[in-house]
Amino acid sequence: MKLTAGTKIKSAVCSLEAIVIRPPSEEADLSCGGVAVVAPGSEGTGAIQLADAEPGQALIGKRYVDLTSGLEVLCTKGGKGALSFGERALTPKEAKPLPSSD
Amino acid sequence: MHVHLLLEMAAEAAPDRIAFGPLDGGLTLAELLRASRQAAAGFVAQAPCNITYTGLNGPALPVALFGASMAGSSFSPLNYRLADADLRKLVARSAPSVGICDDEVMPRVADVEGARSGTVADFLQHCRGMTDEPTLPEPQNDVAVVLFTSGTTSEPKAAILRHANLTSYVLSTIEFLGADESEATLVSVPPYHIAGISAVLTSIYSGRRVVQLASFTPEAWVDAALAENITHAMVVPTMLGRILDVLERRGVRLPALRALSYGGGRMPTAVIERAMDLLPQVDFVNAYGLTETSSTIAILDPESHRAARAATSDEGRRRLSSVGRPLPTLELEVRDEDEQPVPAGTVGEIWVRGDQVSGEYAGKKTIRDDGWFPTNDAGWLDAEGYLFVEGRLDDVIVRGGENISPSEIEDVLRLHPAIEDAAVVGVADEEWGEKIVAAVVAKPGTSEAELKALVKERLRSSRVPASVIFVSGLPYNETGKLLRRVLRTELAEALQLNAERSVA
Repeated sequence: MKLTAGTKIKSAVCSLEAIVIRPPSEEADLSCGGVAVVAPGSEGTGAIQLADAEPGQALIGKRYVDLTSGLEVLCTKGGKGALSFGERALTPKEAKPLPSSD
Repeated sequence: MHVHLLLEMAAEAAPDRIAFGPLDGGLTLAELLRASRQAAAGFVAQAPCNITYTGLNGPALPVALFGASMAGSSFSPLNYRLADADLRKLVARSAPSVGICDDEVMPRVADVEGARSGTVADFLQHCRGMTDEPTLPEPQNDVAVVLFTSGTTSEPKAAILRHANLTSYVLSTIEFLGADESEATLVSVPPYHIAGISAVLTSIYSGRRVVQLASFTPEAWVDAALAENITHAMVVPTMLGRILDVLERRGVRLPALRALSYGGGRMPTAVIERAMDLLPQVDFVNAYGLTETSSTIAILDPESHRAARAATSDEGRRRLSSVGRPLPTLELEVRDEDEQPVPAGTVGEIWVRGDQVSGEYAGKKTIRDDGWFPTNDAGWLDAEGYLFVEGRLDDVIVRGGENISPSEIEDVLRLHPAIEDAAVVGVADEEWGEKIVAAVVAKPGTSEAELKALVKERLRSSRVPASVIFVSGLPYNETGKLLRRVLRTELAEALQLNAERSVA
């Protein structure tokens, strides 16, 4: 699946949905729960579902990055699975909230 | 990513939180999402169209903004305070369009080619009354908002803000649902101001309830702040002084208020000091930004406010008039006329680069290919990276080849205890090219000579105004921007009159 800024994806094994904020500099599979993610609305998913939350499960409103390729995704709906890109686990991007300005 | 995704996420995670309005009877995030989808279905039926909103602050504003995003339409809030002819020009420039208008606006925008209009009341009734779930196509456009600049110096320009600019600003500065449920923000800037738009987006994403003031008066602001237990608010400088007057007159304080941000113009040091003394528990934030940068690009945070207030050195105290440091997510430089960065302490043009920066107008891009945007604001950085904004580059006075920033002289004039307000402009002069003229609002008995002496003592002789004219008030627009063009004309006429009198 080609990942460009704005690409929406969903997990094949849990309720996770996400959107690509920054595309990766190299091609690899974006996976959730070890299974490649799919386009929203695609058929044939949901056969196997994660029973338990994985460590590092994606949480709504959190951004996840792969520092090597620059890939950054925003989790728009939480799920039990954790995200990975190729062999690498994505890591949460620590936001530094600013004092409210508007 | 489109801005309505921010609402979808918030409504998914906290559907029953009140998004807009009072705790009792306000619009929840889920209700706002549903209403926006109905609005979008209506817009799609009329596509292709831009959505305009010409009215006071109210719940129709977020419904129309998010509805337009879902429908793939751009959204333009228009200034209802404009004269009919000017407003109609903006409506015509937005066509083909669907307009949502306050009742009193309807006849004023009738029969503009390519523009259909309906009332806010009908729009809300339609959006909240429908129950079926509409199917919406995936939106394809990338322009989220078109904002017309205030046009204090020329015809309004249509600044283009893309979904990518606005969502980048929100994602990089706001923690998702980071607000607790007791928090409420009071929005009093009008919908056609960039801060009015960014307040909707950032409040939704942080989960902070928004209370809208239909239009600003200091009395109504204080009443709403007390009645709604407002914890956060943003004001422009002229609003703050008037709010403080009301608080002092009534002898009330704002116990629930935690944070007050201000921006949109230069804050007189005396006003912010008074505010800090009157409301010691409040965290003050000075936010500097432009329409073309999707709102804030630099902030002076609460700690810096307190440090500057307590400082004993001139340099430390001066920080209270700085706009603080650039956001960590963007780059900012001060450059000379050859577009080369200048050392700390040197005045130049402020340039900025980052995902939130649009730097683009309809028909004209001022952002460079490498992403750097010249703001047309003059300013300088101090040794620790605090930014001081001196005003628009066009306002810089060139006297005998020397660049003089009006704000440095205005700041000195305001130090005088008898001066309530001051503005300095350049007026054409045969000898110097431009000469410095000051307009001051002063207590009776203040002399021109003592003001000139004050400037000479604090700055240098080349900064001393050639004339000081006493006026009863300075011309501001409703969002607190000084109308320098108007003032320049008024002062030139007053000088002419004085010259004629002295000849006679």
